[in-house]
Amino acid sequence: MQNLPEKQPVTISVLPFEVNSGQCRITAGRGIILMAAFTVLSPTAILGYGFPEDSFQRGLECAPDLIAVDAGSTDPGPYYLGSGKSFTDRHAVRRDLALLLQAAVSGDIPLVIGSAGGAGARPHLEWTLAIVRELARELQLSFRLGIISADVPRERALAGLRQGRVSALTGVPPLDEASLADSTALVAQMGVEPIQQALSLGCQVVVAGRAYDPAVFAALPMMRGFDPGLALHLGKILECAAIAASPGSGADCALGILEQDRFILRPLSAERCFTPTSVAAHTLYEKSNPYLLPGPGGDLDLRGVSFESAGEGQVAVRGSRFIPADRYCVKLEGARRVGCRSISIAGVRDPVMIGSMDTILQQVRERVRAMLPAADSDRGLSFHVYGRDGVMGAGEPRRGHPAHELGIVIDAVCPTPEAADTLCSLTRSTLLHFGYQGRIATAGNLAFPFSPSDLRAGEVYEFSVYHLLEADPLELFPVTVEELQA
Amino acid sequence: MTTLSELAQVVRSKNTSPFTYSLDIMFREKADYLRFKSLQLVNASLVARLYGVPESRVLDVIYFDPALAIKICLPREISSGAPGDRDVYGAQQHAPLLLWEFELPDAPGGGQSRNSPLPTP
Repeated sequence: MQNLPEKQPVTISVLPFEVNSGQCRITAGRGIILMAAFTVLSPTAILGYGFPEDSFQRGLECAPDLIAVDAGSTDPGPYYLGSGKSFTDRHAVRRDLALLLQAAVSGDIPLVIGSAGGAGARPHLEWTLAIVRELARELQLSFRLGIISADVPRERALAGLRQGRVSALTGVPPLDEASLADSTALVAQMGVEPIQQALSLGCQVVVAGRAYDPAVFAALPMMRGFDPGLALHLGKILECAAIAASPGSGADCALGILEQDRFILRPLSAERCFTPTSVAAHTLYEKSNPYLLPGPGGDLDLRGVSFESAGEGQVAVRGSRFIPADRYCVKLEGARRVGCRSISIAGVRDPVMIGSMDTILQQVRERVRAMLPAADSDRGLSFHVYGRDGVMGAGEPRRGHPAHELGIVIDAVCPTPEAADTLCSLTRSTLLHFGYQGRIATAGNLAFPFSPSDLRAGEVYEFSVYHLLEADPLELFPVTVEELQA
Repeated sequence: MTTLSELAQVVRSKNTSPFTYSLDIMFREKADYLRFKSLQLVNASLVARLYGVPESRVLDVIYFDPALAIKICLPREISSGAPGDRDVYGAQQHAPLLLWEFELPDAPGGGQSRNSPLPTP
């Protein structure tokens, strides 16, 4: 395939998909007209992060075969998956979606959105779908909508666990049944297959729950016969839009042009360009191993990859390979509720107090513990001492050299909001008037920036599941189709 | 003595999952990167010392030629966003690398490979 001249359509035989969108036509599964190049427009790093309209317009002028966008991440922490809330703002997502839907429907370009609503569980998917339906109505758009859920039934994961088909990822404790039972949300990252199924059903717009980030970009070109290694690697870069450019931006568009033996990255605004270094550097980003990137159904092998300038701020990438796994695995993500948080924020400027902060906080903790009903009621109490070790904790190498003023966050996490209020309040009042050794400022130990001094910070979650589950590529991700009529 | 901020264009940290994070060092000059690589100046034992963890906790130290980069992987003590966590994105764990002071040995084969000679202690 590598030796074929460019721009010449090639016919290859039998792909198990039926495609009727875009420029490609399959005739009854007998063969596929393989395009010489496949162009993917990535508008923004996360749906709702925004993008300049002129960059997007420039992308559309390149006649993209696909618009794809990732809407999610585990970066913002377990709260969003656990609580069913989005970490992006509704107005911002609506603004992005309005532009994307109009361009996709009017230009007959497939639009694929992955990890809808951030964490990609049912409430996040529904939140995104409500915006899509609302916009379709307001903008008078008619299209076939594919909806792919990514929620994993507890009993399915439990069965996998009991059959020995669950394995822990690096740094994660082995999965137990209690963690599954406790999880308020449980999703799996889909690969390309469910998205391909939705596209093969003729969906113009696909809104998917939790998805492997590159899958939304790679699904359609892989259906058209493009190399999975190149398609997934392109997706890996485009899922961050222009972050891999120089200067990088998560709120600007980027274009990928996939060919038979390479792909090209093209910037869409004059202020940035891709360079071999910027793209190579991005390959490291958020990865444990830059040479081997695991995903659903196999690894992306970048050991033979090369990055070279292709002129006009473009970079050409070659040599990315996909190595299918012996057993297809998907990544499970679950979160459980651990309680409610109340916090109090205060400053300390007294040098005597700063000099013995470790001892003071330990003594305050003991005093608070003695006032609480149960012996371990202070278990949920943490002090974040900014200016000493607020960021790195015990690992802070300069812990013994505190700043001239410290910021203290009293952090109380308890099973109920009332208990968290009590723990926070008792700790704050005890610390405020604590008579530490050598104290000469006897009026009060804390400078509060606010009244009230204590704040409720809502529910607290933690990641309870982050494991691989052996599964069929399609079984966990049911596709439903909805016709939206203007 | 030299520090990484003199040689690197990027020194950063970031979650690679809710349970692990990664430290990236990207060099400006290929010669510096190759010197680090050939001498394995950044290794598990150094990371363990800088981060105050046992060497067995250092998951990986990988030299990545295409980006003139070294990637270090460490487990988080507390998973991202769980009670007691201090850095949900893991984006501010790189400072100990910047505090590291070292003597840059001569390039392999003798002589300085950099244009400007480095100060010697």
